[in-house]
Amino acid sequence: MTPTLDIAGLSTHFFTRDGIAKAVDGVSFSIAPGEVLGLVGESGSGKSVTGFSILGLVDPPGRVVAGAIRFKGEDLVGADAQRLRSLRGNRIAMVFQDPMMTLNPVLRIGEQMTEAISAHSKATKSEAQARARDALGAVGIASPEERLTAYPHHLSGGMRQRVAIAIALINAPDLLIADEPTTALDVTIQGQILSVVQRLVARSHTALLWITHDLSVVAGLADRIAVMYAGRIVEQGAVDGLLTCPRHPYTAGLLASLPERAVHGGRLASIPGMAPSLLNRPQGCAFRSRCGLARPECGNAMIAEKQVGDRRFACLHPLADSAGQVM
Amino acid sequence: MSGNPAMSAPVIETLFQRFLAEMLEDRIAVGALLVFAALVAVAVMAPFITPQNPYDLAQVDILDARLPPGTKASEGFTLVLGSDGTGRDLYSAILYGLRISLSVGALSGVIAMVVGASIGLVAAYVGGWVEATIMRIVDLQLSLPAVLVALILVAVLGKGVDKIILALVIVQWAYYARTVRASALVERRKEYVDAAVCLDLSQSRILFRHILPNCLAPLIVVGTVQTAHAIALEATLSFLGVGLPQTEPSLGVLIANGFQYMLSGRYWISFFPGIALLLTIVSINLVGDRLRDVLNPRLKR
Amino acid sequence: MEATPLLAAERIDKRFERRLDFAGRLAVKLGAAPGNETVHALDGVSLAVRRGEVLGVVGESGCGKSTLGRILAGIMPASSGRILWQGADRDRLTGTERRTVKLAVQMVFQDPASSLNPRMRVADIIGEAPLVHGQVTRAELGDYIDTILRDVGLDPAMKQRYPHQFSGGQRQRIGIARALAVEPQCIIADEAVAALDVSIRAQIINLFDELRQKRDLTYLFISHDLGIVRFIADRVVVMYLGRVVESAPTSALFAAPNHPYTVALLAGAPRLEDRKRAFAAIEGEIPSPLNPPRGCHFHPRCPHVMARCREEAPRLSEIAPGRLSACHLNQA
Repeated sequence: MTPTLDIAGLSTHFFTRDGIAKAVDGVSFSIAPGEVLGLVGESGSGKSVTGFSILGLVDPPGRVVAGAIRFKGEDLVGADAQRLRSLRGNRIAMVFQDPMMTLNPVLRIGEQMTEAISAHSKATKSEAQARARDALGAVGIASPEERLTAYPHHLSGGMRQRVAIAIALINAPDLLIADEPTTALDVTIQGQILSVVQRLVARSHTALLWITHDLSVVAGLADRIAVMYAGRIVEQGAVDGLLTCPRHPYTAGLLASLPERAVHGGRLASIPGMAPSLLNRPQGCAFRSRCGLARPECGNAMIAEKQVGDRRFACLHPLADSAGQVM
Repeated sequence: MSGNPAMSAPVIETLFQRFLAEMLEDRIAVGALLVFAALVAVAVMAPFITPQNPYDLAQVDILDARLPPGTKASEGFTLVLGSDGTGRDLYSAILYGLRISLSVGALSGVIAMVVGASIGLVAAYVGGWVEATIMRIVDLQLSLPAVLVALILVAVLGKGVDKIILALVIVQWAYYARTVRASALVERRKEYVDAAVCLDLSQSRILFRHILPNCLAPLIVVGTVQTAHAIALEATLSFLGVGLPQTEPSLGVLIANGFQYMLSGRYWISFFPGIALLLTIVSINLVGDRLRDVLNPRLKR
Repeated sequence: MEATPLLAAERIDKRFERRLDFAGRLAVKLGAAPGNETVHALDGVSLAVRRGEVLGVVGESGCGKSTLGRILAGIMPASSGRILWQGADRDRLTGTERRTVKLAVQMVFQDPASSLNPRMRVADIIGEAPLVHGQVTRAELGDYIDTILRDVGLDPAMKQRYPHQFSGGQRQRIGIARALAVEPQCIIADEAVAALDVSIRAQIINLFDELRQKRDLTYLFISHDLGIVRFIADRVVVMYLGRVVESAPTSALFAAPNHPYTVALLAGAPRLEDRKRAFAAIEGEIPSPLNPPRGCHFHPRCPHVMARCREEAPRLSEIAPGRLSACHLNQA
């Protein structure tokens, strides 16, 4: 089966006054229909730029310089603006951390939703209206009929995000890219959003790319996780294996840094130092200056990705797998 | 939005170095800055590079009046830009006039800035009815045409450099007050002000050492634009005959003096001072535009 | 009998009023805008911080936890109620005593970008207050700043730099250094690690712990992140819409939450152990603090709501030694 999204060797660089920032540098992954991939990374890891690159929304001075983004077999890197526009909001939808990036503050919710419907299909006004109402109901908004006439500023942050999700999913897209959509929300509201997205994505068999810094969120949501560091994916694989037995030292360090697994009153295992500047990314493994297992050869050349089972990682000295095998 | 990773990259240069580098990126601004610097330089050095002191009536010969550019004066030097109706060498008069115009503009700008900024800062920090009263006065001030107010003030106060500066300060302080208040309101909500309160620092220290320095960027931008306005306003008043006296001619006075000869073909008496005034105001405004672009964080990518 | 708490809040109320100016009043008269708005940010909040402990304050946006922190830190006054420092009413102190007590409670802020003055060098940010208050002389200042910078894990060689030349984690260290410079006894950390990346966050949490042991500090740790509070706090206070709904020792609270809101909060938080979990969250929005519901603030979202909850606000009462909860279910 063709994957919904297949990315190979994607590189997006920003040509700034201070030099070339390699925000995304040779990223490869794919998502099958109905699959949820959690793309996890810290700030500056390039996870959001990866999302923008897929959507063709990288603004100058940024540019996709290499690689292929195949959406259901069609390469989007060479596609013209017209084609990308017709895909966006129809076959590929997006949700951002700030719902106001997709909501228009001066249009009523109903108008925005019916516009999204009629832009990509021939529906009569009343059909579109009905679909909009159902979509609002599906994301758990009470009295959707009334909400259709509301403006975004009438709604709370959590409701706006649900409206944004309703609009994103209204045309049953093949791929949904969600960039930290619950980060700004409170715990109880975050739970509501996760539950809605999970249900709707499963129903329409949409492939979901969930971009986040929070491993705990994707633990319960995703099928697979890809961990990004300094513009590259350092490790990817099925959720359970990756979280219980990370092979890349960065993944392991990230997991150990979480207070959830630590004993109260003890010390957190932190990763020393900080992420390198993207302008001046070190040769070889970018993590080696913070890595306890680094050896001289880690700085030699680009570290090739290794595949063991469904797990892929870019490390010369990986941690042992669950059976205690190093390679 | 996290679209630009370069923002998170560590910056090693100081704020001033970055400011300078960005300032110099724009060729027009650099050109304007050079022109302005040249104007200031010749104005400052006027006594040493002019053949005549136009204020010293003993050096001015009425017989040299209205001579076209390039003629020889009775003293023996060449009138490069011609002479005016009283026999003054225009080249010398323009440089001396530039001195007056620039110093009146700069001085009134600085005084208005200090007065306006202090008032605006107090308004923002004290709040309540004090702020409301101050800001209504500012609104009133800004709703009246500056030329009209200045005209009335000068009519009441009388002629003279000090009176003109006073009038210009009264006309302009409100711009500074409004600018500083707006940015001080933003700054005082930031957490570093909370931290200063928590550290029990005095109110005046918080106001002048913490908040004010962070309001300087918009203040500098308004300052450049307002200085250009002040120069233009002074020229206008002088042109209308209520500004500076004939004995100390600013650029405005020179233009006014030549105006009556315009139709008789002796264009140079008004034309050359006009060009000097134009160059001054345009160069300051161009520098101000670039300053606004560089200092305004909202316009940055 | 317990020892006198180091810092205590007694029935603190905080109301934010938006007074209307003339134009606003005119708009109200014409029916174009709502009248004077009062946000009741804190409604009779009492809590005590014991010397040497880490008290966690947990709650969602609008619960008033940041306002409480700012009032305890002396940044803003309470509308009513008392703040006690070692049993003494802080507002009645004067002169040097007032200053000593004020400096004894310091705050570390959330945003590493706006909490440091961008126009000041690190040395001035840290050294200003102790110099102004005469805690160190100008001659000693350099060494004093170096020592504090080393304590928070920064290289003293960087002290002439400006805040923008540091990373988020380093800036947070500078913020901690600024607070430490006036030798406080109690530090209020308001979401102090929320803006940091996971790996950096762990470094800062460890730093807080180190400093507590080294300098004998007491913390009030305000956070929305249950994982962090569970790790760092000895006791936890849970707030909802301006009121304390539950307080308990950390282990007891996480093992058996009592208040239905605490239960929902703990259940809603995603966990690393989850696998393909069916997220089922509590229904309803967080009500606006402008217009909180009557009775128990949580009743519109509570699965156990009774008639009494809609009318009468439950009192915070002891349900076990050291455990308080404000829920009518405990009286039933």
